Order: sequence, then structure tokens, then C-alpha cells
Amino acid sequence: MNAPIPRPVQRAFEIDAIRADFPILATTMHDRPLVYLDNAATCQKPHAVIEAEKHYYETLNANIHRGVHLLSQQATDAFEASREAVRALLNAPSTQDVIFTRGATESINLVAQSWGRNTLKPGDEILITHMEHHSNIVPWQLVCEQTGATLKVVPIDEDGVLDLSTLDTLLTERTKLFGMVHVSNALGTVNPVAELIQRAHAVGALALVDGAQAIAHTPVDVQALDADFYVFSAHKLYGPTGVGILYGRHSLLEQMPPWQGGGDMISLVRFSGSRWNHLPYKFEAGTPNIAGGVALLNAIQYVNALGFDAIAAHENALLDYATAQAEVFAGLRIVGRAPGKVSILSFVMDGIHPHDIGTILDMEGVAIRTGHHCAMPVMERYGIPATARASFAFYNTFGEIDALFVALHKVVKLFKGPAS
Amino acid sequence: MSDLRELYQEVIFDHNRNPRNFGRPARYDRVSEGHNPLCGDRLTLYIAFDAAGLVEKASFEGQGCAISTASASLMTEALKGKTEAEAEVMFQNFHGLIMGTSDVDPAVLGKLQVLTGVKEFPARVKCATLAWHTLQAALHGEQQVSTE
Ligand SMILES: Cc1ncc(COP(=O)(O)O)c(C=O)c1O
Repeated sequence: MNAPIPRPVQRAFEIDAIRADFPILATTMHDRPLVYLDNAATCQKPHAVIEAEKHYYETLNANIHRGVHLLSQQATDAFEASREAVRALLNAPSTQDVIFTRGATESINLVAQSWGRNTLKPGDEILITHMEHHSNIVPWQLVCEQTGATLKVVPIDEDGVLDLSTLDTLLTERTKLFGMVHVSNALGTVNPVAELIQRAHAVGALALVDGAQAIAHTPVDVQALDADFYVFSAHKLYGPTGVGILYGRHSLLEQMPPWQGGGDMISLVRFSGSRWNHLPYKFEAGTPNIAGGVALLNAIQYVNALGFDAIAAHENALLDYATAQAEVFAGLRIVGRAPGKVSILSFVMDGIHPHDIGTILDMEGVAIRTGHHCAMPVMERYGIPATARASFAFYNTFGEIDALFVALHKVVKLFKGPAS
Repeated sequence: MSDLRELYQEVIFDHNRNPRNFGRPARYDRVSEGHNPLCGDRLTLYIAFDAAGLVEKASFEGQGCAISTASASLMTEALKGKTEAEAEVMFQNFHGLIMGTSDVDPAVLGKLQVLTGVKEFPARVKCATLAWHTLQAALHGEQQVSTE
């Protein structure tokens, strides 16, 4: 037996009060307290967000941008207030550059189809990294097929760090856009996006940052980063599902044609031809998830009130504690060891498939993700079919990490126990 | 943990640790590749028939969880000596009982009955059926099958 790893003392972070804000954390699964460690898939929602959606439907529900009546105006104001909160969160220059979508996936598809399809030619290249989520791979494959452009990939090393020595050959004047994940959902790696964006711009390429994971862990300043596009999903920021954001550089968004047609995105419709609405509405065809969009404001307020410094301090302490336990766990191997990574612990176990780990943990109330995490190329890179992944949020506790490892010991016992 | 023991019976651990008929055979008449995109599991099934048209040997290779490995291992054992029509019936019975859509007596499955505990774990049903969908594909002359 190894010496027990001392459980850190909880400091200056009102964890009990925070947990009380998230109703689902008090529920049970298979008669055990829920230990929710699947935050990279989606985060739980604080009361304030749940209440905001309810409040919207009880007092504000009307369609937006299209009614003269007071209720429609109030709904519009609430939706636009949320857009302003997103603008401030990202430090975007203007709310005109903040487009509501269904999620990070739709935001990337919008750029690929509106910008890419109309710009790319045979011989052009799109560069992405080996650690992208499928949502930042497949939209580019589609548009490459449509335009004859080619997809190139920046490799990753054993630890899950981008191999930047390859950039000199991969990033050339043929590169029209460099798509990069800010934080990898499969490995936790934080990429040096500011530097990568600079390198892209140096060859005249645009840079799109997939911030789906980063948004809940780090402050983002799209102007300081000089990003051309930055995307994220509200549900990974403690907000509603079905709401996403595309930030785009104003001059680019101005040039890009609409992607979907419908109501709201036009200023004039005639059968002889229609005129597009101004930004951001040009890219917002149809009635959006208004309630969800409105409640995103409350999610942002919640996270801001905690502060990213306090969130990172607690999450890093959780990760360090979990990593220390994982390192002494016989037969367990951590996948993704990038320095400074976020609170994502991906691992495999000798002779035990991640799916079996997931099922047995579930019976103990411990919810983790098992599988390829929508990053099949990452799995292929490490020659594994899948990993088990525990991802921690600010509401997780050291006790929950203990519960994870107690459950993992049960897995081993069940699988390796004396087969009498 | 009683439910877990329903799922993970000792026979399953045994076949997971020591899968029977594992590996690519020198001779085979049918081959099919099965894929479960949800968990990344892959399995290749090989079937060799004898002169009378009975399964002489079924074997498999691939990577999978305990449930899918044990299911494939047990299936290859059960296929030995069966005609194609009998293999088809085995597939129908197994699939029906695992999906809870069949009311045949589970006893028809023989040793394969240990896998019926997976019924209570909807997220794992595809693990148990991967080898069987691959069998179905091999019988119908399809080279590839996906559980999605
Ligand atoms: C890194 C990354 N990018 C993109 C996405 C896609 O997000 P969504 O499914 O909300 O569109 C995810 C979600 O898993 C992700 O982790």
C-alpha cells in the first residue's frame, strides 16, 4: 500500500453554498449520492439559470425583434442583454459581432459554410490540430470536399502537446484558416492560442478558436488574442443547452454571406431578390432558443461572481489531488499529461475496458464519460479505442475524488479478484 | 452490487480474460467487420464451413469491453456445428432476448444465457450485440456492419 495522499483542506471557497446552488448535485443515482464528474460533456445548471428560464416563460415569453407589443419588446431586451453579457465576457468590440447559434458545432459549421464555401479554392489549405473535437474536423472535411481545398493536421506528442516544430512546414501561404481547440476535451491540454493565431496571421491565414472547453476554465479576450472567430456552447458554461455563440471579426462577418435563410435575417424580401439584415441578425435566421439565450446571462453572472481565479485555483487543486491518486493506482495510466492542463483526467486501465469502468462506477453513483470523446483521431494517436474521463468543475469536492478512486478500486476487485 | 453481478457473471470474466477462438485463422469462408462507433469497439469475425455446410470454426479478433469480448467468445463456441439457418435462428433468439422483444424460453440460449443480464443496462446492449450483428452481416455476405 502506498502512503495515503492527504486530502487538501478546503479554503476560501464556499463549496457547500456553491453546491446548494445546483439542485441536481443533491440527487442520487442507484441509491448513491450523485458524484458528477462528466463536466466536460456538459456542466450542471445553477438555480439562477433554471429560474431564469422559468421566469422567462412565466413573464416574458414573446417572439423577439418582431412585435410592437410591450411583451415582445421586453423579451427582445432580455435576449439582447444576454448578448451584451457575452460581448463583455469575450471582450468583443461590439454586440454586432456576437451571433447566437445552437452551439459550438453550429458556430463552426456557419464559418465553414459561409466563409469557407465561398472563399476556398483547390490548392487552398485548412489547418487544424490532431486534438480537435469532431465538430472542428468534419465541417472542414465537408467544405474541403465542396471546394477542393485540403485539410492538414498539426500532430501531437506523447503528452498531448502540439508539436509546433511542424508549423514551419504546415502553415504556409496556402493556409487560409487555422482552426484550433483552445482546451482539448479529451486531454485537457491548453493550447498557446495567442501564439498560434499570430503564426496564422503571419502567413495571411485566419484563425478560428474552438473555446467549447476553455470558456468555463479561463477568461477569454478575443481582442487580446486577435482571434478571427471564437466559438463556444452555453451548456458547457453552466448555461442552457441549445445555445451557442459565434464571435467573428466585424470586417469578416460583414463580407460573409448569410448561411441560413428565413425570418429575422432579412431587411427586405421580394421575389426578385432579398436584402440581408445587418449584423448580427444576418446570421440569425428563424426564432432562436430565446429562453436559453436569456438565461445564458445568469450563467455568465454566476461564473463572474465566483471569478475565474477562484475557479481555477479550486479546479487545479482537484486535478492535482486526483492526479496524485491516479499516479499511485496500480495498472492505471493517465492519457494527456500536458503541463498546465485544465481539470480533465483521461485514463486507461490495464485489461479493463473504459466501458466496463463506466458501468461499474455508475452503480456507485459516479458519473464519468467513457469512449472516444468525439475525438477519434486522439484515440488513434495513442493506439487505444477509448478512455475513461473524469472532468472536474468548481462544485466538485475532494471527497468526490475519493469516491471516484474507491469506486475504481471496486472495479479492479471485480475484474481481477480471485476467480474462485 | 447485486445488479452488477447479474451483468458481470464469472463466465463473462472468464471469457474476457481468455477469449476462445481468438485470432485470425489460416482458412475461412466468410469474414465481416463489426464496429460500435459509440465506444470505438471493433471486431472481425471469421467463419469456416466444412464440406457438409456446417460451421467448422468461427473465430474473431478485435478490441472490446468485457461484455462484447465475452459475447463474441461465447458466440463462436455456440456456432460450431451449426448450419447457416441455425445460426440465423440463434441470432434471432439472442437478439430478441437481449432487446426484451422475444418471449422464447431463455433456455434456448444455453450458455449464452449469462449475457441476458445486459437487458437491465440499456447503455451496454450494443456491446453484447456487436458480435451478433457482425455474424448477421457475415451470413448475408456483408463485409462491414456498424451498430449505429
Ligand atoms: C472541444 C469541444 N469542441 C466542440 C464541442 C461541441 O460542442 P456542442 O456539442 O455543444 O456543439 C465540444 C463538446 O463536447 C467540445 O468539447
